[in-house]
Amino acid sequence: MTTNILEMRSITKTFPGVKALQDVSLEVQRGHIHAICGENGAGKSTLMKVLSGVYPAGTYDGEIVFENETVAFKSINESEATGVVIIHQELALSPYLSIAENIFLGNEQQTNGWIDWNKTNLEAAKLLARVGLKDNPITKVRDIGVGKQQLVEIAKALSKEVKLLILDEPTAALNDEDSANLLDLMKHLKGQGITSIMISHKLNEIKAVADEVTIIRDGKLIETLDMHTDDISEERIIKGMVGRDLGSRYPDHVPRIGEELLRVADWNVYHPLDHQRQVVKSANITVRAGEIVGIAGLMGAGRTELAMSVFGHSYGHNISGRVFKNGVEVNTSTVTAAIDNGLAYATEDRKRYGLNLIEDIKRNISLVSLKKIARNGWVDSNKEAVIAEGYRKSMNIKAPNVEALTGKLSGGNQQKVVLSKWMFSDPDVLILDEPTRGIDVGAKYEIYGIINKLADEGKGVIVISSELPELIGICDRIYTIFEGRITADVPRGQATAEYLMQHMTQERAKDNR
Amino acid sequence: MSAFKTALNYLGGQLRQIGLIIALIAITIFFQVATSGITLKPINVSNLIVQNSYILILAVGMVMIIIAGHIDLSVGSVVAFTGAMAGVMITQWNVPWWAAIILCLVLGAAVGMWQGFWIAYFGIPAFIVTLAGMLTFRGLTQIALQNQQISPFPDEFRALGSGFLPDLGGGTSVLEPLTVAIGVLATALLVLQGVRSRIARKKYDVEDEPFAWFLVKLVFTAAIILYITYLLASYRGTPIVLVVLGILTVVYAAVMANSVFGRHVYAIGGNLNAAALSGVKTKRVTFLLFVNMGMIAALAGLIFTAQLNLANPKAGDGFELDAIAAVFIGGAAVTGGIGTVTGAIIGGLIIGLLNNGMSILGVGTEYQQLIKGLVLLAAVAFDVYNKRRSGGR
Repeated sequence: MTTNILEMRSITKTFPGVKALQDVSLEVQRGHIHAICGENGAGKSTLMKVLSGVYPAGTYDGEIVFENETVAFKSINESEATGVVIIHQELALSPYLSIAENIFLGNEQQTNGWIDWNKTNLEAAKLLARVGLKDNPITKVRDIGVGKQQLVEIAKALSKEVKLLILDEPTAALNDEDSANLLDLMKHLKGQGITSIMISHKLNEIKAVADEVTIIRDGKLIETLDMHTDDISEERIIKGMVGRDLGSRYPDHVPRIGEELLRVADWNVYHPLDHQRQVVKSANITVRAGEIVGIAGLMGAGRTELAMSVFGHSYGHNISGRVFKNGVEVNTSTVTAAIDNGLAYATEDRKRYGLNLIEDIKRNISLVSLKKIARNGWVDSNKEAVIAEGYRKSMNIKAPNVEALTGKLSGGNQQKVVLSKWMFSDPDVLILDEPTRGIDVGAKYEIYGIINKLADEGKGVIVISSELPELIGICDRIYTIFEGRITADVPRGQATAEYLMQHMTQERAKDNR
Repeated sequence: MSAFKTALNYLGGQLRQIGLIIALIAITIFFQVATSGITLKPINVSNLIVQNSYILILAVGMVMIIIAGHIDLSVGSVVAFTGAMAGVMITQWNVPWWAAIILCLVLGAAVGMWQGFWIAYFGIPAFIVTLAGMLTFRGLTQIALQNQQISPFPDEFRALGSGFLPDLGGGTSVLEPLTVAIGVLATALLVLQGVRSRIARKKYDVEDEPFAWFLVKLVFTAAIILYITYLLASYRGTPIVLVVLGILTVVYAAVMANSVFGRHVYAIGGNLNAAALSGVKTKRVTFLLFVNMGMIAALAGLIFTAQLNLANPKAGDGFELDAIAAVFIGGAAVTGGIGTVTGAIIGGLIIGLLNNGMSILGVGTEYQQLIKGLVLLAAVAFDVYNKRRSGGR
């Protein structure tokens, strides 16, 4: 008799053009907490979606054995009926329903189609007790904090008689206290015989609760380490996560760095909805002319929040701090003011925040700088077309002409349109948030070339990226950020993936604990 | 051969516009035949323009609102409110007619500011704010009129709705000379503008319109304008509302196509977040759009009141729906970001033609409603089908 509750055998999952998972085999022992870690985009979430039936059987190759039986889940409903429950990073609760209603959503306590409210609330209270939540089950979910919402999700999973609980970055949105609570609960559930798989970036948490850790990189399973016998250090895990050769995936570049261009001093930002939570904590960053500066941090560390709050206070609440351009304090409190002061921000989410997808290339490129091609408020559309055509050629945007709708372009070409838009605005400092996300290798190389060119023109470039090799490959200097705090300022020569990952996962200053 | 292919490709891209114009012509021909020639009689064409003018004017404002991703349900009530206030000012407060017109336009702008404030700066969806406005301004209309009708109005005021430009032929000429002059001048300006912009595009080397198509379009548009000129000139000349409508259409079509403001409206409707992150002052643009809509609704209210020679508490009932239907028949997208002023005008003309033709034929209002409903559905279904087809490529 095997002690494995789950075996995934040779799982391969391809998306058009990308092999997301390649021959991954995973064994999870009954009653253990099994951590899965890897860089963003390594394939962790894909693997869990295969397991839970989000990607139905038949869309992947390989075999899944759960409790000694081969299973082929066609949907989440099927996997949940078998006892496999996944809790996603973005919680799937309905904010205007009560805790009890959420717990039994889709699984209502009913008699002949009529909800039995007494039973609903009674059963919910029992489940809440198991996860250590003392709130009244009739409380609306929007009235409790994120940490408690996470517990409600787990209570919901327990209501389905869960045998294998999958948690996708369960503590990403939680503060320290809530995180500690959650980890305790996981150990407690383990005591009740429930197996957990936990995807996490936070190595200290993995060390604290996991029995095994599996490392995935580039869609391949690298290794599974036993946390008890091997005496695994955080450095050991990091090495597994990042260890790949950089090769010549980055164009050669000799930086010509000048004077300080931009300085952000003492920058504090609070969460726009949860006003108590500070997402950026007294951050200081500088960029010099001709310099490419990286910001390395895990998802949720505050990278995008820092960039967007500096760029026209586009994110956050109660923002404080000062921005200096060439040593003079400037106002960046509205997007217009930020643009006028020579800033540009190319978003990580092209489709939602970067482009008007139902509009053509030329009008997307001109949007920020219509003033440049307008006289008395009237746009010279001929000039617009000529300028856009110039960018189409110089940026190698693959489209028949500049009248093509941006919604029909590939990710790489969309990114080039976004970059063209901001280049046309002729900023002094460009903040590029995940400039190569979802882009194929060839287009990435082109984007790196463009970044180098911008730096050579004397502009300052800030690159935010989840891919450490990318940052190491193109940046002159890299800041690491962890839980909203800048934890290190690493010059090119010292930047190794291990060193960066260390500062991205553990806070140097423990004073806020 | 390949030139033919590119021409065909080009026309494929213009399918929506061409389809709309073909639909308009087909409907015209249908009614012309069915009514044994009454539809295109000079007096009917003149009436058609005058009687639909306020819907067309509303459609011009509405299409801009809809392109920005909003909606305005209050315009019918605002039409009634401004018409009522014009009546109160002129007949009870003895305000001169011209001052009343100006004051009513200002009042319309104030109504727009009120609604624009709640929508743009307070963040309430336009649907709700203007639904409330629909009730509020209907109520204010009834209060202002004390539920009575006001009539009559001075002749100068009535001319705004049903007057004609002076007849320079003294009423004896076969073709009214001023109308002919305006028609010829408009045609000449159109041709001149068309040729000039083509030359400019050639100079920048961004021309992609096949010459033959350019010529066909120009000749066709010129012919239509001259034909309508001929019809109007052989009746009573140029209706004043046509001049108002013509100016509004040309100005707003230019604003939406070529001004920075117009581009910002499209950007907001296409992707609000991206527009905001590109430095577009999204709130201000939204606010101004509603101020503009308020003024346009006031103008429509003045024209409607002048035409009927009556300020009526029930005036303008359902106008918002006609205007919205015109905009969607004219190819605008419910989700925003897509639509044109000329499209909305053509959509309004299609509705007007249907109303007019079916009335002449003696079709009951119940069937008129039914048919208009189906036309709206068919027009939007055609759009959705088109989009799906091109999306599949």
